[in-house]
Amino acid sequence: MFFNGGLLKYCGSNRCSEKRVTAVAISNDGQYVCFADKFGVVWVVDLRELDESQASANKKAAPLLAHYCSIITSLEFSPDGQFVVSADRDFKIRVTVFPKKPLDGAHEIQSFCLGHTEFVSCLTFICTLEYPQGFLVSGSGDSTVRLWDITSGSLLDTCEVGVKAGHLVSEGSGEGHSTVTDLSTIQDSQLVAVAIQRQVSSVICALQGILILSCNISAQTLYFAKVVSIKGENFIPTSLGSSSSVGLLWMVTGVSNVPGFDYSSLSRVKVISGFNKNSADSVENEPTVLEDNDIPGGMELLKKLQGSVCVEEKVFLAAAEAVKTSMCNLLIKKQYSSEKREFRKRTRNDRKIKQ
Amino acid sequence: MLEKETNPNFNKSTGLPRKRFYRARAHSNPLSDAHFPVPVSPSHVEYSLHYPHFFPSSDQMNDSKKIQFADIGCGFGGLLISLSTLFPETLMIGMELRDKVSEYVKERISALRVSNPGQYQNISVVRTNSMKYIPNYLEKGQLTKMFFLFPDPHFKEKNHRRRVISPHLLDEYAYVLGIGGIIYTITDVEELGDWMKSCLESHPMFEPLTEEELEADPVVKLLSCATEEGQKVARNGGQTFQAVFRRIVPTS
Ligand SMILES: C[S@@+](CC[C@H](N)C(=O)[O-])C[C@H]1O[C@@H](n2cnc3c(N)ncnc32)[C@H](O)[C@@H]1O
Repeated sequence: MFFNGGLLKYCGSNRCSEKRVTAVAISNDGQYVCFADKFGVVWVVDLRELDESQASANKKAAPLLAHYCSIITSLEFSPDGQFVVSADRDFKIRVTVFPKKPLDGAHEIQSFCLGHTEFVSCLTFICTLEYPQGFLVSGSGDSTVRLWDITSGSLLDTCEVGVKAGHLVSEGSGEGHSTVTDLSTIQDSQLVAVAIQRQVSSVICALQGILILSCNISAQTLYFAKVVSIKGENFIPTSLGSSSSVGLLWMVTGVSNVPGFDYSSLSRVKVISGFNKNSADSVENEPTVLEDNDIPGGMELLKKLQGSVCVEEKVFLAAAEAVKTSMCNLLIKKQYSSEKREFRKRTRNDRKIKQ
Repeated sequence: MLEKETNPNFNKSTGLPRKRFYRARAHSNPLSDAHFPVPVSPSHVEYSLHYPHFFPSSDQMNDSKKIQFADIGCGFGGLLISLSTLFPETLMIGMELRDKVSEYVKERISALRVSNPGQYQNISVVRTNSMKYIPNYLEKGQLTKMFFLFPDPHFKEKNHRRRVISPHLLDEYAYVLGIGGIIYTITDVEELGDWMKSCLESHPMFEPLTEEELEADPVVKLLSCATEEGQKVARNGGQTFQAVFRRIVPTS
């Protein structure tokens, strides 16, 4: 997270300043960082070279691969470091061999994982000692989480999370549409935490909690295990992450410029614990949301991460509203009226030369 | 010419199953920014609609037969029609972005199938943006030949990334071409010819054909004369620039 900010700054002060970063990943050995710009190009930087000559850092980003004219939503390295996986808003997941010399580009495509029928929003890997190469898990705007074999690109299983989410959101029962906004594998388990937004007509309803899916690796299936609800606060997790040691799931919600308040930005961190290593593929024990005091690092860490420890409830409501709105803008592709589309076409600057 | 050949009565009088041929494929999903259907994956491409002669019914899938040639930006389809009789057992697809042009190619193929029973069954066309959706139509290593004949030049530097041959797009073409598969390019714009050649030369998964190989390949002779664009250039006595490369296993 902190590193991420550094990278953005690095881009800001240099030649790629006009590019907005849409996804980022660091190779497993920590040597390379890859980031996607808004044109669908993934760039790679050798961090060792960056250390040696800070001054010429701007020359060090080399194009790695591209999804033509699409926005890349997520980048992940496979657990064995052999592949870099990129997902986009045109339903595609591309698996590319991560080469020995990444600065020369990654030209060898291993597979495409095709099956989602809406934008792909997030990726994660599940692996065990027996399957160190791991299986890919993806979330999408099509209400599903899918399990893939990246070597062949084959779809192993599809888990419809929309229906489950529908039951959980009070306002959101009935016909609706769910979007998976983030995924995180719980370390050392075969569980996947799923954050979901649900939309009924044009109203976004937040799911006050997360879904837990379980993956049976030998049977290659992915199924709903349980819900962990977050009560009491208007907390919409926008980002999930798990810590390697103690089976904790970290959840973040954040907005900048809360409308009507003079906070420049707001973030809130919550932690779920109780994912037991010993029952890696089951959820017999009850995962629970920790009180702020019980979070490892306690109030001090929270203060660091959030900027302050207590946030007024009304600010929170406003922030939750802002999160919903921005999610909506981010996740729902712009639909232009036919008139507007014609106008955009006429005013394009890339028109073909008439033959 | 376009108007005459797309006369709506034309197909009626020949009794062709025109609707069937045009029907949007059941498994495809209309995209919000594209106004044409795109198959979710290559296994969703309905071969029985494109090649009914080879795939008489949709449930009886002939898995062994797949599209092997792709003409990218096929325009009015002249190359497909020449190749069809040269390789009658090879399935070929044209990809064309312009709706009217792809419709025209469909009608042209239908008409040829009717007037030449048993022939032209191996060619078809889809309306799509090849720069975005090739992986939705074609599997890894499926193609043996890929054609880029007289592509749009996009002269301006900042529009070079719109060119249909580019370093990044070559990664995708290398993916759909099998080892030994051949990519054919030709243009009458010298600058574009240089660009396509240098992109191919710099790519680790392509190598140029030798003079002897070019001489021996019957397809090379079609590049400059089989398509409408090629004929136009030839009529005006224009020069052409070609680059023909083979898909290889990258060294390292
Ligand atoms: C100059 S024409 C050449 C047509 C044909 N190959 C010939 O030689 O006569 C280029 C064609 O490529 C098509 N085209 C351009 N961009 C395309 C894309 N992204 N996907 C599919 N077709 C495209 C154009 O619509 C046009 O018909």
